[in-house]
Amino acid sequence: MIEAPAPLPPAATGLRGQARWRGLAGNRLMAAGGLMAALIVIVALLAPLIAPLPGDADTATHPFLVLHPPSARHWFGTDQVGRDVFSRVLYGARVSPLIAAAVLVFACAIGIPLGICAGYFGGWLDEVIMRVTDIFLAFPPLLLALAFAAVLPASLTSLTIAIGITWWPWYTRLIRGQAASVAGRAYIESCRALGIPRRRIILRHILPNSITPLIVQVSLDVGGVILTASALSFLGLGAQDPTPDWGLMVSEGESYFTTAWWVVTFPGIAILLTAFAFNLLGDGLRDLLDPRRDLLR
Amino acid sequence: MIVYVARRLALAVVVVAGVIALTFVVARVVPGDPAATWAGPHASAAQLAAARRFLGLDRPPAAQLLAYFAGILTGNWGVSIHTHQPVLSDIGTAAPASLELVSAALIMAIAAGIPLGLVSARWPGRSLDHAIRAGSILGVSMPIFWMALILQLVFAQRLRLLPAAGEYSSGLLFTHPLARHTGFDVIDALITGNWPMLGSTLSHLALPAVVVAAYPAGLITRLVRAQVLDTIGETHVQMIRALGFPERAVFGRFAMKLAWNPVAAAVALVFGYSLVNTFLVESIFDWPGLGSYTAASVSSLDTPAILGVTLFIALVYVAANLIVDIIQAGLDPRIRLR
Amino acid sequence: MRLQVSELTVRFGTRQVAHIGDFSLGEAEIVGLAGESGSGKSMTTLAILGLAHTVGATVTGSIRLDGTELTSMSQRELRDVRGRRIAAIFQSPAMAFSPVFKVGSVVLRALRLHGMTRAEAAEAAARALRQVLLPTGLLDRYPAQLSGGQLQRVAIAIAIALRAEILLADEPTSALDVTVQAEVLDVLRDLRDRQGMSVLFISHDLAVVAELCDRVAIMHDGRIVEQGPATQVLSAPRHSYTAGLLAAVPSIRDSAHR
Repeated sequence: MIEAPAPLPPAATGLRGQARWRGLAGNRLMAAGGLMAALIVIVALLAPLIAPLPGDADTATHPFLVLHPPSARHWFGTDQVGRDVFSRVLYGARVSPLIAAAVLVFACAIGIPLGICAGYFGGWLDEVIMRVTDIFLAFPPLLLALAFAAVLPASLTSLTIAIGITWWPWYTRLIRGQAASVAGRAYIESCRALGIPRRRIILRHILPNSITPLIVQVSLDVGGVILTASALSFLGLGAQDPTPDWGLMVSEGESYFTTAWWVVTFPGIAILLTAFAFNLLGDGLRDLLDPRRDLLR
Repeated sequence: MIVYVARRLALAVVVVAGVIALTFVVARVVPGDPAATWAGPHASAAQLAAARRFLGLDRPPAAQLLAYFAGILTGNWGVSIHTHQPVLSDIGTAAPASLELVSAALIMAIAAGIPLGLVSARWPGRSLDHAIRAGSILGVSMPIFWMALILQLVFAQRLRLLPAAGEYSSGLLFTHPLARHTGFDVIDALITGNWPMLGSTLSHLALPAVVVAAYPAGLITRLVRAQVLDTIGETHVQMIRALGFPERAVFGRFAMKLAWNPVAAAVALVFGYSLVNTFLVESIFDWPGLGSYTAASVSSLDTPAILGVTLFIALVYVAANLIVDIIQAGLDPRIRLR
Repeated sequence: MRLQVSELTVRFGTRQVAHIGDFSLGEAEIVGLAGESGSGKSMTTLAILGLAHTVGATVTGSIRLDGTELTSMSQRELRDVRGRRIAAIFQSPAMAFSPVFKVGSVVLRALRLHGMTRAEAAEAAARALRQVLLPTGLLDRYPAQLSGGQLQRVAIAIAIALRAEILLADEPTSALDVTVQAEVLDVLRDLRDRQGMSVLFISHDLAVVAELCDRVAIMHDGRIVEQGPATQVLSAPRHSYTAGLLAAVPSIRDSAHR
């Protein structure tokens, strides 16, 4: 028997090709992430029922309960105006994923049509669209969102628009690459030769075949959008009081942090766990559907 | 190689022109009247008109865009409403501190990320691999501002291991004043042999840098792991093994060589990203860099300053990508031979 | 016999992919291992080199090199054998060289790994390249700049420079043009005649095997169904599978008669 160092789990191929075992581990990751994400969504949906003091997530204040440490009555303690942090954290689960969903829908709504046009029609339209995306992509994501959010009046809507504007170029790029390669395939030529109307070709052939990497990217991006949104809210550019946005809660509690650690800690953990869950999910999905893709955007 | 560099440079110039135009557009999206903000709430009509003329708002948009372009290229990036200083000089003062922070963070991230990624790829599927993978995903999921607060509380306040804020102990300003040459404190202290100052700046740099390093470290670890695993099944790696090379050379030298390229690309991408991340931690650590400047500009709605910083960082980002593209072409001959 | 294989079994988990009951390789001879793709031929190379575990396979049985049992050696001991005593070349030469290293870099590093000094390595590499009819300047190039045939000859040159006793050639000409193929085959014959090397020539191309090999073993479904002198096996096959393989080989002579 040959003595061997740590062997790889059984691989499907020999000298040529790559070990496919990554798929196995990916499934576990995805399951864990999916479970956590599902839990968070359930919490968000059931918040009005689970939260002990739902009014605290809204305009209620309790001047005599200011900055109480965690106790049996207030599991996460109370904040600087006496609101129950636990209830607010629970309600916050409704805010972040919602923003993420809105942003991603917005980005897809702009990015997919533009990308398909650029990829299918090619030529000068493609060039123009690509240069425009190049320019948007020249900015790190948070920066452009920051700039837009700073010039718009602070609100959740502005936040969504600001982040959405920064996000669509990635998707345009992605779809365009896919659409271009699909459009170049022989069977599309035959479709055209058969006289099938352009719209039909695009909707029934180009679009469905280009969409898979986008699905992977979107799932990977949920965590990123949540972090960006909470960062902008932390800076005061997004959610405003009394919205129970996690980022906002952290910034509100910052001044009291050294004496009342709970106001900052629990919302932050919520952000971390949510981003973590969706990142795990996205990662696992990527391993499953599109393992060759770049880890970079 | 020269041809490749020239091509990339030309493309970068086009992108920069577009970036400047975009910031101009953003500036014009501002609701409200910049002239009114500039002149103040009690301005008379004549003062408003003067402000308007001063800010160039009375000319047609095309002319304004050209003037903006001309201004940017000649160094006139507008004047900060808050500090009343030229934005460019404000940036010049604040930038080195942020660049220092990001550089330190990236060095940490690379120093941690590459070995961790290699270890992960070497024994995939084992518990160490899972732990490293989970850790790296945790790193990229971290809300930076929160991590900054937590670390500051734990290490600075409670454990008293590291300083809480500032670039260096202010007391040292009197006993060991720091001569400024480059504007970068650590480098200045190093080249002037100012050891107490060097120690102080490094210890003050530690916490903020670790916070900013979390995301890049996670990214680089995952990247190295994926790249090495991708190549490890390929024929050329088997050939290296068949020639008798030990596993650590197979991974360390041969598989890693192919990974440097994407790692370099990641570092460029993440440089700009981290530069913006500093916005979130600088005010927490009293770090006098672009982040604090921007945070102050945001709270006072100082549009020229915000846009100036945006433009600056975008330009840094374009430059970083350009440099990395060139380095990549140098590292991987396939790119320039294409 | 330089290399003696007996009861060698290669498994992926519980699935057996190859079983070689009795096979040997002598000095100065080219032995062909022929069969369809997927018959388990390639695993033989990895198994002999002790690298089967890198693709997740386990190996049992005996592989003796000049009397020494390879299967009981540690990885460290095997590393001394690899390249130095048993060399290997692979099917796709363009894929066998890392695209980001200069060809010479790999060659010289391999030589120095096995104990040569920088000067000795440079000298040995130059001599080996001359023997395979390649200019030494080739070492400064990247794999993308060389042809498949040239790369394959560089791989063989490494074996020559290290004075390997055995060369395992895994489908070395399958990815090459017929004319380039001929060059590589010439080099292999040269190895046998001038160097006294034992060459294991793995291929699915019976025509090439017939042309090149002294002895041949036919593999089917992971087992050797027939082996013996090439002329005998290929002209008067005893096993039905061999006969079937031979019948499937198109011959220029046949088509000329039509």
